[in-house]
Amino acid sequence: MSTHTLNVNGKTLSVEAAPDTPLLWVLRDQLGLVGTKFGCGIGQCGACTVHLDGTPARSCVTRVSATAQRKITTIEGLSADGSHPLQEAWCELDVPQCGYCQAGQIMTAAALLSRKPRPSDGDIDEAMSGILCRCGTYLRIRSGIHRASEKAARTKGPT
Amino acid sequence: MSREVSPPLDRRGFLKLSALAGGGLMLAHYLRAAGSARDEIAKPTQERERGGFTPSVFLSIAPDGEVTIFSARPEVGQGIRTSLPMVVAEELGADWRRVKVVPAPLNPAYGQQVAGGSTSTPNSYLPMRRVGAAARTMLIGAAAGGWGVPPGECRAEGGFVHHGASGRSADFGSLAAAAAQLPVPDEKGLVLKDPADFKLLGTRVGGVDNPAIVTGKPLFGIDLVLPEMLYAVYERCPVWGGRVRKANLEHVKSLPGVREAFVVNEASAKVTGLVPGVAIVARSTWEAIRARKQLQVSWEEEPFAESSWEKFAAEAKALFDRGPMEEIRRDGDLDRAFSGAAKVVQADYAHAFISHANLEPQNCTARVQGDRAEFWAPTQNPADGQAAVAAYLGIPPAQLTVHITRIGGGFGRRLHSDFMLEAAAIARRVAAPVKLTWTREDDLRHDHFRPGGFHRLRGAVDAAGRLSAWSGQQAYFDQGLGADTFPGRFVPAYLLRTAKLDNGIPMGPWRAPGSCTHAFVAGSFLDELAHAAGRDPVAFALELFDSRAVVPGTGPKGVPYDAPRMRGVIALAAEKSGWGRPLPRGRGMGLGFYFCHQGYVAEVAEVTVSRGGDLAVERVVAAVDVGSQIVNLSGAEAQVQGAVIDGLSAAWRQELDIQRGRVPQSNFHEYALLRLPAAPKAIDIHFLKTDHPPTGLGEPALPPLAPAVANAVFAATGIRIRQLPFSRTSLAWL
Repeated sequence: MSTHTLNVNGKTLSVEAAPDTPLLWVLRDQLGLVGTKFGCGIGQCGACTVHLDGTPARSCVTRVSATAQRKITTIEGLSADGSHPLQEAWCELDVPQCGYCQAGQIMTAAALLSRKPRPSDGDIDEAMSGILCRCGTYLRIRSGIHRASEKAARTKGPT
Repeated sequence: MSREVSPPLDRRGFLKLSALAGGGLMLAHYLRAAGSARDEIAKPTQERERGGFTPSVFLSIAPDGEVTIFSARPEVGQGIRTSLPMVVAEELGADWRRVKVVPAPLNPAYGQQVAGGSTSTPNSYLPMRRVGAAARTMLIGAAAGGWGVPPGECRAEGGFVHHGASGRSADFGSLAAAAAQLPVPDEKGLVLKDPADFKLLGTRVGGVDNPAIVTGKPLFGIDLVLPEMLYAVYERCPVWGGRVRKANLEHVKSLPGVREAFVVNEASAKVTGLVPGVAIVARSTWEAIRARKQLQVSWEEEPFAESSWEKFAAEAKALFDRGPMEEIRRDGDLDRAFSGAAKVVQADYAHAFISHANLEPQNCTARVQGDRAEFWAPTQNPADGQAAVAAYLGIPPAQLTVHITRIGGGFGRRLHSDFMLEAAAIARRVAAPVKLTWTREDDLRHDHFRPGGFHRLRGAVDAAGRLSAWSGQQAYFDQGLGADTFPGRFVPAYLLRTAKLDNGIPMGPWRAPGSCTHAFVAGSFLDELAHAAGRDPVAFALELFDSRAVVPGTGPKGVPYDAPRMRGVIALAAEKSGWGRPLPRGRGMGLGFYFCHQGYVAEVAEVTVSRGGDLAVERVVAAVDVGSQIVNLSGAEAQVQGAVIDGLSAAWRQELDIQRGRVPQSNFHEYALLRLPAAPKAIDIHFLKTDHPPTGLGEPALPPLAPAVANAVFAATGIRIRQLPFSRTSLAWL
């Protein structure tokens, strides 16, 4: 066991955990941030996706010891009140079915939009191919990303 | 939260009213025929769907006008927590923005609390309308009484009762206390809305949990956290039906964070119940998972340790060649039809075992204290879990509370209660609440699989190019075909024979059980016969339903087949897809259609296949007849989109092998679910509204997809796919 100082959603927190503990289980079992989901444990399904310094990472295969000094953002910290354009678009277009994968989908899409504010279908295919949706919401996910992109562009105004 | 307001079961009354302490109105819709078939709900077959289950809800209206609707059915992603409350709100005349949907506890007063068999809409649509209509009648009665006007001059809309002539209106909240004093209207006298006046039903309404989902709020079973809770994993014998001989428990107990490790050598009578294993209980999920890596178990692996897919395939072939097989249906004179045929085609088909692969792994949290217990479970079938666990613990079911959580994917897997029994077996030995979590490896290897199967088919067309004979043989692991299986009843000379393969494999319902695989087998072979006859597959299919009305089912549980409805969706899918337009080699269209779970669905897939054999599904056009009324258009379209994508995912690459009595695949790197880039580029959905009661959409849009794509591949390439998954067949056509 060792002590790790983590920056999660803007807060500095201290946790006791073995260094090989995946960040996923620190978030879920120790910090109570259960929005980040367990799906496979080997980085194949993407349900556990969080941001490390703004880049998507699979928390199920990221050791907690590798996250010190990095900014961790989870679905709970994506916006203060569910007002991220993706969160709004997801509700407007009724994207979720069971909803279990959607935190991973949204976190991955958020990183895509911050890198590429007006993504093409090809950009979306490439960025989102790692995140499984078992219910088959893929077409609405694609529409949701386009909708969020338009919303963000409107908010910012013409550039 | 709603336990206090759950009334005792009252079989005499239909609708019962009570005043809330705060002056609100509560309407309870009671169950008249309680106790309907707890065991039967685990087997979502068409026959049982027709049974008379009567569900029930509570509706309450607070003095501030907020309407609370209790949602009784488990939510697996089918949208039932949104759609059935919409039905109540529509009849009530509520303002949807002021409706709060609250999950109901497990209670017999709610009737059937199951998510399975696409039964929720057909069984609950009318009762939910009555709940809303009764409350509306009483609110109007209260308003009219207060104003001294005839109730017939008033209407309810947007959360208010209006009196047109005087221009007066009153909100529901202000009327609730007075309404609660009125007699409950008799069910027979209730006036339901004219569907032409519906304001909410048929529109697109977002899921009530969406805001919580997109912000990561705890909703799912796996999200539950209790004070002092411990975390468990459970190692089962890799060979189904095996038992624990010994395990290095002392070593495991010495590992960091581990609190308990013990053998569970109890087993349910069925392989889909509790199975023997070794439990590890730790301070965190990860410490339990990590300790498990050092667990060493010696197993008794008999009696199925030598079974393999190849052996089953050889047994099936021997059965087809020499029997014995059971005759399920025989019509007409087969010898004559085959000997007089213009063309005869014979082919063998097979489909592999696949997993449900619910993205939320199976899990259950349990607290067992003496003769009381409390469970939190993502279960499609909470009453079955309650009964099974109570029997296992030896306590009365009433002393076992089951909390129904949101569910990260059902697909039929969670109609079984094995994970709840495992949690019970662990929690009874631990003096703390315990959350059992399955790993993905557990889930793929100990799923209650969609059964594989083998088929031999022989068919004939006559000189006029019509289907004249069909002889099918099926060697099955589970879910053998019945007498009404398509195309039975639609071929003049028809024979179906089946035989069961002896096996110890745990299996269960998988989205549209039986239909999901048989639609591929029958739909592909029908396409083979159409091509053998030199006919257009759509015309060949439509001809089967020509001059037929509703074809009765066979025997007391038989399901009628409405030929005009099937004709209608096939014709619509063909029209909307532009069927028949010329396409270059490598591009093709295929038809799939199937009737199940009371829904009639036809799909046309348009695909491209590269010379190297890479498949892309360009578009799927779905024509769907589930009756006169779509409840939630967004949810209904989502179910069809999901069924198309799930159907494609299952058919394309999903496959679990069986070797030495176990599944060798372990996780998603060896079990390929469809990913976003491979999804159809477009899915066009057309609802054909017919004058029939609304029915469910969780399942019926899935079966047609596999034959539609396989037949499109044939049209594009001339390559006939006769096995699931498609990936077993090379599609290179150079």
